[in-house]
Amino acid sequence: MNKLIRTDQLVQLVIAHFKELIRQPEVIFWGFIFPILMSLGLGIAFSQKTDIVRSVAVIEKNNPSDTSRQHSIIDDFLNVHGDAIDPAHNKGAQRKLTLSDKRIGNTIFLFVKKDWQDAILLLKRGSVGVIMEEADGRIIYHFDPLNIDAQLSYLKLSNAFARPATGVEDNHEEVKPLTVRGTRYIDFLIPGLISMDLMMSIMWGMSYGMIERRSRKLLRRMVATPMKKSHFLAALMFVRIAMNFIESALLVLFAYLVFDVTIQGSAGALCLVFLAGNIAFGGIAIFVSSHTANTETGNGLINAVVLPMTVLSGVFFSYHNFPEWSIPFIQKLPLTLLADGIRSVFIEGAGIKEIILPSAILSAVGAVFFTVGLKTFKWH
Amino acid sequence: MPIADMSSNHPVIEVKDVHKSFKSVHAVCGVNLRIHEGQFVALLGPNGAGKTTLVEMIEGIQKPDSGDIFIMGKQWHGNADELHRIIGISLQETYFIDKLTVKETLRLFASFYDLNARRVDEIIEIIGLKEKRKSYVAHISGGQRQRLALGIALINSPKILLLDEPTTGLDPNARREIWEILLELKRQTRASLILTTHYMEEAQQLCDYIIIIDKGKILAEGTLSQLLKDDGGEKIIEYRKKTLDDVFTAMTGRRLDE
Ligand SMILES: Nc1ncnc2c1ncn2[C@@H]1O[C@H](COP(=O)(O)OP(=O)(O)O)[C@@H](O)[C@H]1O
Ligand SMILES: [Mg+2]
Repeated sequence: MNKLIRTDQLVQLVIAHFKELIRQPEVIFWGFIFPILMSLGLGIAFSQKTDIVRSVAVIEKNNPSDTSRQHSIIDDFLNVHGDAIDPAHNKGAQRKLTLSDKRIGNTIFLFVKKDWQDAILLLKRGSVGVIMEEADGRIIYHFDPLNIDAQLSYLKLSNAFARPATGVEDNHEEVKPLTVRGTRYIDFLIPGLISMDLMMSIMWGMSYGMIERRSRKLLRRMVATPMKKSHFLAALMFVRIAMNFIESALLVLFAYLVFDVTIQGSAGALCLVFLAGNIAFGGIAIFVSSHTANTETGNGLINAVVLPMTVLSGVFFSYHNFPEWSIPFIQKLPLTLLADGIRSVFIEGAGIKEIILPSAILSAVGAVFFTVGLKTFKWH
Repeated sequence: MPIADMSSNHPVIEVKDVHKSFKSVHAVCGVNLRIHEGQFVALLGPNGAGKTTLVEMIEGIQKPDSGDIFIMGKQWHGNADELHRIIGISLQETYFIDKLTVKETLRLFASFYDLNARRVDEIIEIIGLKEKRKSYVAHISGGQRQRLALGIALINSPKILLLDEPTTGLDPNARREIWEILLELKRQTRASLILTTHYMEEAQQLCDYIIIIDKGKILAEGTLSQLLKDDGGEKIIEYRKKTLDDVFTAMTGRRLDE
């Protein structure tokens, strides 16, 4: 009677959870379609090598009667090297300057004439990164030095304006654009997205689902039977993990077909670290949902887990930009372990050997949280 | 059924001086009960009387602050798995998974008791939901949901059945359908039943022993005729007209359905 595993019970729980899940149409959207749309959007935004287009504000002289006669370095330069354009179709710019470069792609600057206040407004809105002004026959560049993009615009502009003689075309002989697999942004992004998807799907699907079940008093009736509580939770985890495998497989297939993202390491290693990530977050989800019956509190708790890791764990951008002292902590977060693990298989060609340690840690984290969660779980 | 004969047996449920409070509310204050095999008992009382609290303590869902509860001579602590197998319950507020069908819901609960699909078909027959077996739980009527809850309570052929307001909110027809199922059970088995209700008619129709409860205390208990007789010294001919409602009003000054 008290067998460790009651097979039929476990099977029926799995079937019930599975049916409940797939009978919700929104599951299909958030689970399958949304991640693909997201990777498509981000992939296109970062991987197409089109021209870089940046707007620049040029301060108009306050005194219009003088301007016509006054000699303007910027205007003179643009009259020679730039092209006149229709402001109506070019964000209000009257002139454009094209810096063509066969190797690293073209950069196009659009010059918008504004008074100082309007120029600052454009800068605040992010429409322009750099404001150019003439004073005493020199060009002055205003920009936020912390804004890397503005700094790059400044370097390109100042170089072009300072050395018009060498021409605006600049072929960097020393630049060799990388075409090696696994070095593009999309290669970095897809493993991050897979990791984040896994975390979100478990934390919202399982944790929130459980809190909701408790708040709707669904659990009370079930535990007033000889149902094994561990079986209930294990079945829930199993169904979620199976769904995650399908979701991620679709995402990987999509990334391969559309962006030519390939798995360079071993597929077995990928499955292993992916499974370990599922175990880790499955345990965390059960722990997080072990007490509250209030969906508002649940929201807060889940966000408290999910948001810091989404920001810190290098899903979209490398965490190496964070301060030096914080990196050892960041690297120990479950999502970081997972994303780094998946990424190493995808782009560094890692195999089981490289992945075994992070996988073991993730599984242990999951087991600890699962056990504590199960012990303290409130069923009523 | 002669009560005197059965009280010599071991009671299937024994509640000894049980108390339970929620913050300032003393929901159950010193209740004693003995219920025997085959007995159908009604806990009759108005809203807030403490019926649910008492029944859920017997079901092991809530813990008493003090006092003891024995089911077949056993307490909940350490015996939960065994006791779950011999009782069947239906909670006052009944919720099941919306996106499962009637049959799937029963199949799931059957698996908890190591029962198979055949028992599910039997239960569907008993509760008369054959036409609705493929409907989602979310899409069946209140009466059908109560019958499903009753079916789940009966699935393990329990020795003890505890039903918390199984017909509240149902129309007279739906109520009578549930009564029929329970009366049939009484004819067929030796199961004991505790049923809470604030409908005196339900208590009169189904139960051979009635416990009137208010403000956490038992006010009176006995068979229907005992209860009607105890109150005042009126002539036998008038007993038939008097109802449990009058008994309750005489004791509390309020009405049952207030
Ligand atoms: N979980 C709870 N928290 C606070 N008060 C409760 C709780 N459950 C019941 N009560 C209170 O205990 C009293 C008895 O409630 P209950 O047992 O539900 O009565 P009944 O089932 O007879 O309507 C009521 O006053 C009710 O408000
Ligand atoms: Mg109640």
